[in-house]
Amino acid sequence: MTDTRSGIEIRNLYKIFGQNPAKYVDRVKAGMTKEELNDKYNHVLGLQNINLDLAPGEISVIMGLSGSGKSTLIRHINGLIMPTAGEILYEGQDVVSMNPTELRHFRRLKTAMVFQKFGLLPHRTVLDNTCYGLDIQGLPRSKSEPIARRWIDRVGLSGFEDNFPNQLSGGMQQRVGLARALANDADILLMDEAFSALDPLIRMDMQKVLLDLQDELKKTIVFITHDLDEALRLGDSIAILRDGALEQVGTGQDIVLRPANDYIAEFVREVNRGRVIHADRLAQPLPPGAPLPELQLPGRLVLELVAREMTKANATQATILDRNGTPAGVIDIASILGAMVTPADAPAL
Amino acid sequence: MASCWGLPELLCEFPSLSNKSLRTMRTTIDGGFRDLVRSWSDVIDQATWPLQVFLNTLEDIFTQTPWFIVMAVMLGIVYAASRSWKTVLGAFAGLMFIGIFDLWEDTMTTLAMVTVATLIAIILGLPLGIMMARSDRFKSVLSPVLDVMQTMPSFVYLIPVVVIFGIGKVPGVIAVVIYAVPPMIRLTNLGIRLVDQEVIEAADAFGSDSRQKLWGVQLPLALPTIMTGVNQTIMMALAMVVVASMVGVGGLGKNVLQAINNQFFTIGFLNGFALVAIAIIFDRTSQAFGKRLQKHTETGHD
Repeated sequence: MTDTRSGIEIRNLYKIFGQNPAKYVDRVKAGMTKEELNDKYNHVLGLQNINLDLAPGEISVIMGLSGSGKSTLIRHINGLIMPTAGEILYEGQDVVSMNPTELRHFRRLKTAMVFQKFGLLPHRTVLDNTCYGLDIQGLPRSKSEPIARRWIDRVGLSGFEDNFPNQLSGGMQQRVGLARALANDADILLMDEAFSALDPLIRMDMQKVLLDLQDELKKTIVFITHDLDEALRLGDSIAILRDGALEQVGTGQDIVLRPANDYIAEFVREVNRGRVIHADRLAQPLPPGAPLPELQLPGRLVLELVAREMTKANATQATILDRNGTPAGVIDIASILGAMVTPADAPAL
Repeated sequence: MASCWGLPELLCEFPSLSNKSLRTMRTTIDGGFRDLVRSWSDVIDQATWPLQVFLNTLEDIFTQTPWFIVMAVMLGIVYAASRSWKTVLGAFAGLMFIGIFDLWEDTMTTLAMVTVATLIAIILGLPLGIMMARSDRFKSVLSPVLDVMQTMPSFVYLIPVVVIFGIGKVPGVIAVVIYAVPPMIRLTNLGIRLVDQEVIEAADAFGSDSRQKLWGVQLPLALPTIMTGVNQTIMMALAMVVVASMVGVGGLGKNVLQAINNQFFTIGFLNGFALVAIAIIFDRTSQAFGKRLQKHTETGHD
């Protein structure tokens, strides 16, 4: 995991909405609550003290319920919204202090965005929509069209190039949105609730499309969602946002196994743990001298798959291998079952 | 003199300015205005000269060209804009009616007038509407001005127009433009403001500058509304041509004015119906054109 590209660093970010935000930012830093700011001064605290590293080449999910500030946060990354205080660093440059020309340049070449309601241009065909970012960059059509056609093909929309967005289903429209963003070949891909407006089955489908593409492209993806299952499925790391503040940052497994507080524990209670927890997390150290179970499984498999393999092989124990393929521990079916059901100390349903 | 239940004078009659001071005010303003116009008359004549030429040329083209060519061209335009044979047939019937009742030449004069006025209204209205959509401050300044332009009785602003520009076609066109331009400005502003915010945000996110955003996103998406503005402008111009005949504009309006003065019932209605025919032709054509521009929204997905 040695990605030499720059990630995105968010430092001490505050956003206050209202007539005169700068006036109140110091008081908020000194500890004024969101409620007090709203009731007494009629300003809304959008984001408070966000510090977050978004790793290069990974999918970082920012999760939160509506009103948590997640959409506000993602718009700070490409400067669609400017913070009241704080900085956003990419390749050593602060997005917040860019002038309008630099910011346009940054948006054209370094970022691409996918929107919840697609944000397609209704008067342009699928092909023209996909070319949009490249048109804005000033690339001639002779160069941009082959690129656009390739991405339209990659997202599975071949044959629809000359259709207008209104003639497509929601899932297909979002494929156009994805193709348009990918055609830009920007390092950063910002996805604002990109799949939230889609039917569950189509959403799963699009998640798979994204994961397959990411395997190959290794872009720095920031993905916003309110759906924990989606977050766990896509996120290399997950940041949970509540009332404009970060509650917990970690891998999906971290968050499910060690929720930082009651709020998060409540959140993850309904999660299908068998799909989140990896086998190596549960494996016990090798018993000295004892023979290793015959069945060998890689440690990065999730419990559900491990259980399936063990059932298929009719085994009650399995040897878990580490990254290099050497035995790292032993797992048994009872501990798998124990880990897959919600822990007994969790609050009652 | 109102009796006012025996109340004192101050409470009975509204305490207005005295007749003498009102008269002084009137003569001062009118005189000053007239003197100002007189000293600038050369400049005014020069400034309106191109308009005069444009009007005369267009009127000559409309009236001198043989009727069947004009009709063919008009029907061709109607078809090109609407792509509907029904509309073309309706337009043909309207034009036949006009020709048969010997109103062809007057109608052509009126058409030239309306065409020029509409073009000027679009050329003025579009940029003003764009500016209005971009700046809330400009909007708050322009809105009351537009309100005045639309509600002030058109006869009233004929007076300064006549004082400044005299009698004739040019002042007529100017009066018509003043009357017809507000919907163009308002609907351009409205159309741009109604463009879906997420699409605008997408344009921003991909790094569009304001010109790319205006020409690539805002105007194309506002076009149906803007076309409604053009349609309204044409309709108002047609209505105003009749009033403008009072300052010496020829055509159908003049006939209507004469019919009013002489109580010529038949002439009045024939000319009135000729205007109606033109209005319907313009309206159906421009609406069909506006609808065709929205082709991409028609085949909706369910």
